[in-house]
Amino acid sequence: MSKALLYDATMCIGCKQCEKACAEQNKLPYDDKVADESVQSEHKYTVVLTKQDKYMRRLCMHCKQPACASACPVGAFHKTAAGPVVYDVWKCIGCRYCMVACPFNQPKYEWQSLNPRVRKCIMCPERVQAGQQTACAEACPTGATKFGEREDLLKEAWDRIGQNPSNYVPYVYGQNEVGGTSVLLLSGVPVEQFGYPKPEKIGDVPMPEYTGRVMERIPDFIPVWTLVLGGIYWVSHRRDEVAAAEAEIKRNGGAQ
Amino acid sequence: MKIKFTFWRAVFAVIMALGLYSTYVRYFRGLGAVSNMTDQFPWGFWIGFDCLCGVMLAAGGFCIVGAVYLFNVESLHEVVRPAVLTSFLGYVLFIVGLLFDLGRPWFIWHQLIYMNPHSVMFEVGMCVMTYTTVLFFEFLPNVFERFNLKTPITLIKKIYPVLIVAGILLSTLHQSSLGSLYLIMPSKLHPFWYTPALPFFFFASAVAVGLAITIFESTQSSKAFGRALELPVLVRLGGALVVALWVNALLRFEDFFHRGILKQIVTPSYEAYFLWVELALTFVIPLTLLSFKRVRLSPEGLYWASVSTLLGFVTNRLNISMIGFETYVGRHYVPKWTEYSITLMLVAMEIFLFAVAVKYLPIFGEEHTVAQALESNDRPLVAARVLEHAGD
Repeated sequence: MSKALLYDATMCIGCKQCEKACAEQNKLPYDDKVADESVQSEHKYTVVLTKQDKYMRRLCMHCKQPACASACPVGAFHKTAAGPVVYDVWKCIGCRYCMVACPFNQPKYEWQSLNPRVRKCIMCPERVQAGQQTACAEACPTGATKFGEREDLLKEAWDRIGQNPSNYVPYVYGQNEVGGTSVLLLSGVPVEQFGYPKPEKIGDVPMPEYTGRVMERIPDFIPVWTLVLGGIYWVSHRRDEVAAAEAEIKRNGGAQ
Repeated sequence: MKIKFTFWRAVFAVIMALGLYSTYVRYFRGLGAVSNMTDQFPWGFWIGFDCLCGVMLAAGGFCIVGAVYLFNVESLHEVVRPAVLTSFLGYVLFIVGLLFDLGRPWFIWHQLIYMNPHSVMFEVGMCVMTYTTVLFFEFLPNVFERFNLKTPITLIKKIYPVLIVAGILLSTLHQSSLGSLYLIMPSKLHPFWYTPALPFFFFASAVAVGLAITIFESTQSSKAFGRALELPVLVRLGGALVVALWVNALLRFEDFFHRGILKQIVTPSYEAYFLWVELALTFVIPLTLLSFKRVRLSPEGLYWASVSTLLGFVTNRLNISMIGFETYVGRHYVPKWTEYSITLMLVAMEIFLFAVAVKYLPIFGEEHTVAQALESNDRPLVAARVLEHAGD
């Protein structure tokens, strides 16, 4: 039903064609200097990291239940049915709660801009809508980044592990992390070595649930607490009124 | 006296000048130039101090209003107005602070049209707007009385019960929601501070801080404006503060205990040092001080106990918003001087506006009420008068 990306680090040759294609697709500057940058930033949505002969891509994971979308007060982020988590810049007020909420630290900020935007991989929503694959998957010469249905890719990932168990850590990162993501990772070494959070650290519970547990009680809390406070107010003031009335009666009684 | 006055004016002028320069940098060079915030530290000192501490320190209004109007603690009546004024100014300047921190403050009104009810930040935003409005109406009678406008005063009196209940409801939601903000970061915030109980702690500590800030502010105003110290009021507040601090301390201990990190807490580490400072200032020092009756009955003792409480909970908020993320991020965040200078400017403006309001509005009771109270042989006020001359 929903589209996803499978990145297989063992097939990656570190050519950075995905970085280049991403920059072109999103109209970002790209030259040798940018190619050498090994961190994601407001002008680099995806990066290929190198460690000896191992490679690893980093990009927005497009969570099934994204922390950023639930955190944003104005709903500038949303998960589309097709898979991408997209950003509506015209809604954004710049509170940056999405950045602190994201367990993968994917949203980046235009700190130097006077009207800054949040920047992250949005999984080429127009291309996906038009039935095309993402720019990075199309550019990949080895098929290390593959675009397709999430279900199919998941099955393929486990098939690859089954066929070549010695090549892989027997784990598909993103299958269950924070409730499942639309970017799946296969690797020969644990992905934590490249800065991804450990699976046990982020868990399988979707991040929005942690705040949702509190937020869902608020509609009940408001009327109950209003009644309690109003009740206390009424009781304590009624007591004054009664006392005043009694004093009045006593005074009248004394006058008679 | 005169020299001191001029000295503080000079300090104020310097703070404002530096603040205005930083404001220029903020709006004409951007957030990157004015702050040390980065993609790794998207929230910095402004969120930690201006927002979390600012709102916490503005808790006096709802605490005192609740005590006086819900629980009929008549003796606190005379601190209602200064407490509401402090909270109102606190909230106004907190909103001004937001205009610095938000990347696109000109779209702040989007909050009203693109609502996301799942977002804690949405709850925070709505509470800020509505509670500031409530505080404005709670503050208005001061202005009406100043100009002797009888009709609006009766109108406000009619809706006063609604304002009181709404104010406390919104404060409950707002104080706790600032804690809820951090619930979505279980993998990032250090376990010393990340707990599902964060919203409860934020509310419980706001009550303690509301009491402490009222003691602090009453003492300071009595010095600054040469007023009689309302000792029985302070004693009453101090008693409530003891209870509030004990409740907070027990809740914190329970939480540490149930999450099984007591041992981790007593083991020295970078975070542990900050936690120790926090716990010492919030609980150990004030509760030890206040356990002596002599301290509970002396204005100085109460003052220092409340100062320690305030510093402690400020440390708590800064630990949660800044220190608690450093290990996760793997580097330190030290605010730029321009970040401090904007915060200082806001604090200076609040003190300035408070002084102006006290000068022109009937914030503190009129002299005749003191005379009336004396006639009725009010013991507490006699004590206050004695104190007034204590320095002679």
